Amino acid sequence: MGVGLFQYTVLSVLVFLLGALGLMIRKNVIVMFLCLELMLNGVNILFMALARCRGSVEGQVIVLFVMAVAAAEAAIGMAIITTFYRNRGGVGVDRADLMKW
Amino acid sequence: MMVLILAVVLIPLLGATINGLFCWFTKRKAHLIAVPAIAIPAICSLVLLGKVLHGEHFDQVLYWWIPLGDLRVPIGFLLDELSAVMITTVSFVATWIHVYSIGYMDHETPRGYAKYFCYLNLFVFFMLTLCLANNFLLMFVGWEGVGLCSYLLIGYWYEKASAANAGMKAFIVNRIGDFGFMVGLFLIYKHLGTLLFSQAFAQAEHLSVGMATLITLLLFTGATGKSAQIPLYVWLPDAMEGPTPVSSLIHAATMVTAGVYMVARTHAFFNMAPLSMEVVASIGVATALMAATMALVNNDLKRILAYSTVSQLGYMFVGVGVGVYAAGIFHLFTHAFFKGLMFLTAGSVMHALHGELNLQKMGGLIRKMPITGWTFVVGALAIAGIPPLAGFWSKDEILAGAFMGGHKVIWAVGTFTAFLTAFYMFRLIFLTFFGEPRERHLYEHAHESPPVMTIPLIVLAVGSALAGLLALAPHGGIAGFLNRTLGEAHGAVHHEGSVVYVLMAVSVAMGVAGVALAYFMYMRRVPDTVALAANFRPIYTLLYNKYYVDEIYFALIVNPVVGGSRHVLWKFVDVVIIDGAVNGTGRLCRLVGSGLRYLQTGYIPDYAWMILVGAVVIYWIGRLF
Repeated sequence: MGVGLFQYTVLSVLVFLLGALGLMIRKNVIVMFLCLELMLNGVNILFMALARCRGSVEGQVIVLFVMAVAAAEAAIGMAIITTFYRNRGGVGVDRADLMKW
Repeated sequence: MMVLILAVVLIPLLGATINGLFCWFTKRKAHLIAVPAIAIPAICSLVLLGKVLHGEHFDQVLYWWIPLGDLRVPIGFLLDELSAVMITTVSFVATWIHVYSIGYMDHETPRGYAKYFCYLNLFVFFMLTLCLANNFLLMFVGWEGVGLCSYLLIGYWYEKASAANAGMKAFIVNRIGDFGFMVGLFLIYKHLGTLLFSQAFAQAEHLSVGMATLITLLLFTGATGKSAQIPLYVWLPDAMEGPTPVSSLIHAATMVTAGVYMVARTHAFFNMAPLSMEVVASIGVATALMAATMALVNNDLKRILAYSTVSQLGYMFVGVGVGVYAAGIFHLFTHAFFKGLMFLTAGSVMHALHGELNLQKMGGLIRKMPITGWTFVVGALAIAGIPPLAGFWSKDEILAGAFMGGHKVIWAVGTFTAFLTAFYMFRLIFLTFFGEPRERHLYEHAHESPPVMTIPLIVLAVGSALAGLLALAPHGGIAGFLNRTLGEAHGAVHHEGSVVYVLMAVSVAMGVAGVALAYFMYMRRVPDTVALAANFRPIYTLLYNKYYVDEIYFALIVNPVVGGSRHVLWKFVDVVIIDGAVNGTGRLCRLVGSGLRYLQTGYIPDYAWMILVGAVVIYWIGRLF
């Protein structure tokens, strides 16, 4: 049984959901950040699979874009997390409660 | 000619602009700009008057101000006999009042000094615009402008509550009249389709008599406000809160004459509406009598003069009302001299007595201030109608016009008022300038005013003495000159020898009788004034309280409006409805927010959940449709 589009899709959805789930239940900002990357990469897998399947190049281009954006986002995100750590003395999201009602 | 007219109008505006914008710079030197800014127009208007004498006219549109479909309103000027006499009078008297102000306003702060001259120039600008306009709307601009400036100048000492209130009163009462004037303009435009004087008057005969009556009555409503006639005269006595030269300029010589000028200007309409003429003459004579009686018992120097102004304006309206427009304008012309003069002398007295206005505290001042005193006597003789001074000629022409026109009652009342006028004026003179000083302290400190104030007095006194002689000039005198514009008197008055002389004799006799009575009552004390006042207590009280007109207006109009505003508009509409709606909106938002704010946990995973749920919901909604 070869690896086809279906398998890629399943993998992609699984990775995406794993990321989403992690984002929602973990409290460590860095782990949540990793989960976010996971979600992005889940989508990337689907893009690549579809691009390969359809023999078009657009999907690959979009993946490159997503990776570039993810890299930029990682840089900013890590900077924010560092500052957050300094100001709040930890990286738990429950420490960010200034906007709470 | 156009250059001269533009100079007459624009130079005062320029002066006002300079002093208005650069008062921090001109300060004490403001008069160096303001006085030439009005003296030059005075010279120009004399030149223009000379040109008009030789038969030149000017009526030209300079600029289409409001070109709006059918409604085309220009900035344009009209110079004929009527406006030439007006601008000459206004600018000439105003010049001397400006000069006088240099001395009178000496004690003001530098800024206030410049501000004062700015307003004064602005006022003259609007008055000249009013007189020179060649269409109703531009005239209305001047009309409103003088109202504005009178507000500013009456309230010049606005720190004083009474001055600020008097300014407001003048403005509001004038607005009531202006409303009538505006409706009149609308009707003219609706029925004649033009606001230009030349076109409107040429088409005047197309109006029905009823419409002409309505229009003229509405215009006259405006005139009653501006020219202080019953029922809107109440602002003028209060307007004495302003500096005295202002009273002289605005409330004697120029602004209040705007109504008379306007009626004379629109004589083409008034000639078509006999009923309106009757109304104008009746209101005029009633005002003349009523104001004169109020002046009889007043003890305030300036207020007596104010009532006298109201009374003399009544005469002018009698003149235009009985159809002798030229006589009305002639009286306006002479009145500008002697009333301007008398207010300035009153200012000189105030200046000497540190603002004291109560006649009962004065007396004997002529020994201390001879120039002021004797020039005042000249003015008073002029207003009392003693020949050959100015007032005699003009007042006599009005009364003769009324008599010849068949208005015997108006003539009788007018003649009686002439007697009252002479009486109260000389009461004022005897109490102020003659007899023994009643307040030693005030008397000791009194002093003659500086030359910058006395020279205008002398000039205006000469004017008051001689202006009337223009009636004797060739070609029918000033009346004949004005009639070139105003047309032969309505119901043509031909001076039939003997009757005219009898009328003259009667009015002179009335004037002399008034002076004599005042002399006996206030110099000889026969009959005793205190006893008289006691014997006629009810009448005295009624007159002293000015017929309670102010109180009646307060009870009927002001208090209901204020009360209604306070209890209905403020306490209910504003507080309950408007504030309720505004506050209610805020309260609703707070209520909703106090529930919804619990959604904002501040916990990032919760927001992630909401985004996810939201995305799924939107996806499914998209599927459904």
